[in-house]
Amino acid sequence: MKDAATHYCQGCGHSVIHRLTAEVIEELGIADRAVGVPPAGCAVLAYFYFDVDMIEAPHGRACAVATGIKRANPESIVFSYQGDGDLAAIGTAEAVHSANRSENITVIFVNNAVYGMTGGQMAPTTLLGQRTTTSPAAAGREAHREGYPIKVSELLASLEGSTYIERCAVNSVRAIRRTKKAIREAFLTQMNGEGFSMVEILSPCPTNWKMSPVKSWKWIDEVMTPYFPLGVIKDSRKGSKKDAG
Amino acid sequence: MKNKEKRLMRGSEAIGEAAVRAGCACYFGYPITPQNELTEYMARRMMDTGRVFLQSESEIAAINMALGAASTGARVMTSSSSPGISLKQEGISFIAAMELPCVIVNIVRGGPGLGNIAPAQSDYFQATRGGGHGDYRTIVLAPASVQELYDLTRKSFELADEYRTPVLVLADGMLGQMMEPVVFNDKEILPEQLPDKPWTVKGAKDRPSRFIRSLLLDVDVEEEQNWRLYRKYQRIERREIRHEEYYMKGAELAIVAYGTAARIAKAAVKRCVEKNMRVGLIRPISLWPFPYEHIYKTAETVKHFMSFEMSTGQMVEDVQLGVKGRAEVLMYGRPGGVVPTPAELFRVISRAYNKIAREK
Repeated sequence: MKDAATHYCQGCGHSVIHRLTAEVIEELGIADRAVGVPPAGCAVLAYFYFDVDMIEAPHGRACAVATGIKRANPESIVFSYQGDGDLAAIGTAEAVHSANRSENITVIFVNNAVYGMTGGQMAPTTLLGQRTTTSPAAAGREAHREGYPIKVSELLASLEGSTYIERCAVNSVRAIRRTKKAIREAFLTQMNGEGFSMVEILSPCPTNWKMSPVKSWKWIDEVMTPYFPLGVIKDSRKGSKKDAG
Repeated sequence: MKNKEKRLMRGSEAIGEAAVRAGCACYFGYPITPQNELTEYMARRMMDTGRVFLQSESEIAAINMALGAASTGARVMTSSSSPGISLKQEGISFIAAMELPCVIVNIVRGGPGLGNIAPAQSDYFQATRGGGHGDYRTIVLAPASVQELYDLTRKSFELADEYRTPVLVLADGMLGQMMEPVVFNDKEILPEQLPDKPWTVKGAKDRPSRFIRSLLLDVDVEEEQNWRLYRKYQRIERREIRHEEYYMKGAELAIVAYGTAARIAKAAVKRCVEKNMRVGLIRPISLWPFPYEHIYKTAETVKHFMSFEMSTGQMVEDVQLGVKGRAEVLMYGRPGGVVPTPAELFRVISRAYNKIAREK
């Protein structure tokens, strides 16, 4: 990590996830091969924190940009860092097809159930009943009007090409430790040339959820994880115990 | 392949072979008519040479894969046809902003909308005015023969690297399908023979980490970046204008045409000259930068110009900008994928020429 003051809000999950990703990169000894692709969104400024090579992607296109980098220079360890709007709305096609081609890249997918940078609009992962600035009805998001929250991990796990997919959270010390292990597994998948890996991380956005950081940690447990279950969603690596989605 | 070898080639193959011989390491494409022959040629040749060929899920993905690959310093190309090129525009804007080299081929078809698959020149505005959002330009080269498809595609890779900017090759299905002899007047370069670029993101080995971005939230910084790009574009305008003249000595009427239209115009002008009409042709080869200065100088003596385009009239605005009111500018165009015959154009020119002669 670089020595920089954070621009993230109080209680935001990004700083923790940045830290975990950077620690894994350092511990695996791949900092001099790593290339990161931050998204459009709050994390676009990730290159001010990560002390590895990085390149911005247009909104939603991080998986395509990462594909280009990895194909052109297979020795590099390429990761995209994307939010739910970036990966699961505008960038769905790129994510699905990268997974389907089993691109040997790692996706860090931060699911905070809203568009953060633009001010808390409804995301593809916004939960039923959740009120946002663009699902403002008293009942919040309703399926008949706004459809259902997308379970991206399960969706990508259904593709033959995806190799390692795990869903984690960063709302407790234990969960944070588990997340670091998952990120490590995902990077190892890439280092071993085994194909597409993704870690979906349920992450608090107290500012747009209009909650205290402490309450937002509870909200992940009480509202998010019942719909987005934690755990290894898919692991089809050689010698793995769980190889079905 | 030996140097100076003469081969009968299809236009689309000439583009592909030029890319391969320029050391293009990655090609990303998506099917769309009438440019599929190029994508298919690249599929075969890139696999044969152990390079990267990838059929993407969309034109949007293809241009962003090209963006990623270009950031590693590799020579990269993508191609499409009009509707697909519209989809690539966001990516082209990013590539221009991030100052990455990239070659983009547009085999233009009739439009707007889905239009048709016939040869057209209706993407001139989009190509020469940046195309996407923001203050930027792309170099645009307009070949008019299979040899030129080869030479200018090769040149595009060099210009893209030299100026770190996207370069567009603008052709159409007629040129893509046409078969003509091609001579390779160049030396093949392998991707690994290309010099290392000092700005790439390939992993921070034995150097500090870098990042490539286009987001500049501070307006002063963004303004300076815009002026920096502007100065680069001015440098390109000073150095990279290309055009050709045909029977312009003593001409009273100058036809201005590029690409396929210029081939038709050449035949029509030849017939005019045979009939003792003082008609010549100016063929812009670089559409951006456009040969404004040359047109302006020509307008000192030539008082009548006619822009001839396979559109309702787009380049004609550049001809007017070049002439700066010094001469009359006429326009003859056939949009929608219609390719006029030399005989048709000859009749149009004759009428205009006779009218000019009467009014003298």
